[in-house]
Amino acid sequence: MRLADDFRNSELAKGLIDGIRRTSTRKARLMEFCGGHTVAIMRHGIRQLLPPTIEMLSGPGCPVCVTGNADLDKTIALARIPGVILTTFGDMLKVPGSRSSLQEARAEGADVRMVYSTLDALQIARQNPSRQVVFLGVGFETTAPTVAASVLQADKEGVGNYFVLSLHKLCPPVIKAILDSGEIKISGLICPGHVSAVVGSQSWDFIARDYGIPCVVSGFEPLDILQSVHMLVSQVEKGEFKVEIAYRRGVSAEGNKRALEIMYQVFEPGAAAWRGVGTVAGSGLRLGKAYQRFDAEAAFEFDPGPTVEPKGCICGEVLRAVKTPQDCKLFRTVCTPANPVGPCMVSSEGSCAAYYLYEATDER
Amino acid sequence: MCLAVPALIKTIDGDEAEVDLGGVSRRASLMLTPEAEVGDYVLLHAGYAINIVDQSEAEETLSMLREMARLGEDSE
Amino acid sequence: MSDRILLAHGSGGRLAHELIEKVLVKPLSNPLLDRLDDSAVVPFSGRLAFTTDSYVVNPIFFPGGDIGKLAVCGTVNDLSMVGATPLYLSLAFIIEEGLLIEELERVLLSVQAAAREAQIQIVTGDTKVVNKGSADKLFVNTAGVGTVPEGIEISGSNARPGDKLILSGTIGDHGIAVLSQREGLGFATKLESDCAPLSGLVAEMMAVSRRIHSMRDPTRGGLATTLNEIAAQSKVGIRIEEEKVPVRDEVRGACEMLGIDPLYVANEGKLVALVHPADADAVLDKMRHHRYGKNAAIIGEVRPDHTGRVVMKTTLGASRIVDMLMGDPLPRIC
Repeated sequence: MRLADDFRNSELAKGLIDGIRRTSTRKARLMEFCGGHTVAIMRHGIRQLLPPTIEMLSGPGCPVCVTGNADLDKTIALARIPGVILTTFGDMLKVPGSRSSLQEARAEGADVRMVYSTLDALQIARQNPSRQVVFLGVGFETTAPTVAASVLQADKEGVGNYFVLSLHKLCPPVIKAILDSGEIKISGLICPGHVSAVVGSQSWDFIARDYGIPCVVSGFEPLDILQSVHMLVSQVEKGEFKVEIAYRRGVSAEGNKRALEIMYQVFEPGAAAWRGVGTVAGSGLRLGKAYQRFDAEAAFEFDPGPTVEPKGCICGEVLRAVKTPQDCKLFRTVCTPANPVGPCMVSSEGSCAAYYLYEATDER
Repeated sequence: MCLAVPALIKTIDGDEAEVDLGGVSRRASLMLTPEAEVGDYVLLHAGYAINIVDQSEAEETLSMLREMARLGEDSE
Repeated sequence: MSDRILLAHGSGGRLAHELIEKVLVKPLSNPLLDRLDDSAVVPFSGRLAFTTDSYVVNPIFFPGGDIGKLAVCGTVNDLSMVGATPLYLSLAFIIEEGLLIEELERVLLSVQAAAREAQIQIVTGDTKVVNKGSADKLFVNTAGVGTVPEGIEISGSNARPGDKLILSGTIGDHGIAVLSQREGLGFATKLESDCAPLSGLVAEMMAVSRRIHSMRDPTRGGLATTLNEIAAQSKVGIRIEEEKVPVRDEVRGACEMLGIDPLYVANEGKLVALVHPADADAVLDKMRHHRYGKNAAIIGEVRPDHTGRVVMKTTLGASRIVDMLMGDPLPRIC
């Protein structure tokens, strides 16, 4: 069994697509919360294969996209502090803040280094004892435990020059905020597969229970997504609303208890600002009291400068799924992956980037 | 969300493992999955194993999908 | 000689001459180069193909090659892509002060080996040394010339609807091999760069068909960028099938882990040829019998519609656009 390839099998995909077409009679508007799902759906051309009864909406589950300019400006200000090595996942390098980006800061002399893992950032800290290594913590519940683990490791070893700027966010509170706003009506939710691997499918119970919306936890291969659509459509047809797991090989109801323990040992929930949505209580993670000495915000003095939002950019509305990229006047005209105005275009998981890269406007 | 890929644990040394993805190998931290064993597939995300892949569930899912494809063909 | 390159090695004096004679000319020795005139004078007739390139790869030594091999192969391949027989190369080095001479010697040995395989001569060169920090160990610049036979017009603007697209082998090998050596990414692989001179392969292909309309080597930006360039230049549409594009397991594994698409990863020993449909099978067969074309495959065709665009049929049978590369294919975690 070759895990990734098996879940791309075109014969099995055909079986699922036929199943979806046979089952779907009513209009269904399905949202995939997670940016990774948006990309997978676009990359494999899944929308074209679905019957016209099904409409797909992309949600705000792109941690880079939902990081606001004020926070981006903080990261750039930190990077500019002499002696600081700013380590970050590649996703964040090109995102434009109010005036600059980490990539630009690097070109101007800031020491900004891309890493694949906090393990690498810790290693940089060990190898550069006279410098201060700040890790830019961006990501949801999939990533936050890994950053928490790195703080525990640094603590254990007594690495005194490792810091974290936590911009981590939690998914359930923001899904709740979006549903509460009443701006969009969805018939079903494709739940994030890897966030669920950590938090468990139980984290989405409230959506079915309190909002009557069917939920299916999905993996990221084409068959996973098709299977999830099939399961959601089946629920919609039967008028059911429950939480189901399609991604059974990776997700359980309780999630990964150890990962959650570690995450909450180091971090505590607090309010966080989501681009386009505003501040949502309890939706962010900040370093807890016991680990304050690792907090970059506390350890350094820096001035991010005034926050400026890009004019004409409707990333916020795209993130809330009230507008699509095509609704934006800047899409493809001014705002392109080469010259992005907002994060939805520069993030590898942003809706605008996905639509730009994979969707032909003149062929469907 | 978040890119995680299935990787096979080849060796374990304390809370780190050597994992393999189609011939490419990398060290991964097992701090979040201390119960993982050699021969397990784990979901590798940013250098950490965030969960163990349940291979029997994978097989079951594939069987179900094969059944579905077969039924679909029969009804055509 | 000291064991490191000093600024004096670039100054034209005795130290510089010693370096040139012992380290640079000796391994590449040929009657033209040995003269060390300001210019090499060579007999010539017919149409001249002329190309230039600079090489700044980091690290300079990577699995399967180094900057020297890359410089020769890259230039030879640029000439081959227009159907030229490569003849002569120039080789200019910009060396960062402090480079170990032993490393420079290794690079020259690779240049020698690649030049021999490609049957070209390096006939002229230049050396400069810059202050520490002004160059990343070693930069190499080349110019290459070759002859193009009469009646051959192989160009990115000559693709015609109906042409078949033949890819000479697996994609992404070079980029991933180099990436595996970068700090902060840390993965190990037996994968090597596919860096190779393709002049021999191209000669065989041209021997079976005079209707190869376009050829290109998908280096930086990968196959996707190259196909977009051809589609734009020739004002045609290109359609490829995802399942037909050969990718090694290791490349797939690394790309999945890093969140990169193999279509955008650099190759240094591959080509894509756009061939008249009646000749495609014969060309493919020839390629498959060559060392550098063993995994050759027909991956798509040229269309009169969706001009300027590359469309791919995914494994699921749906269609999606394959756009050009925007910036670096950055490893991502999201």
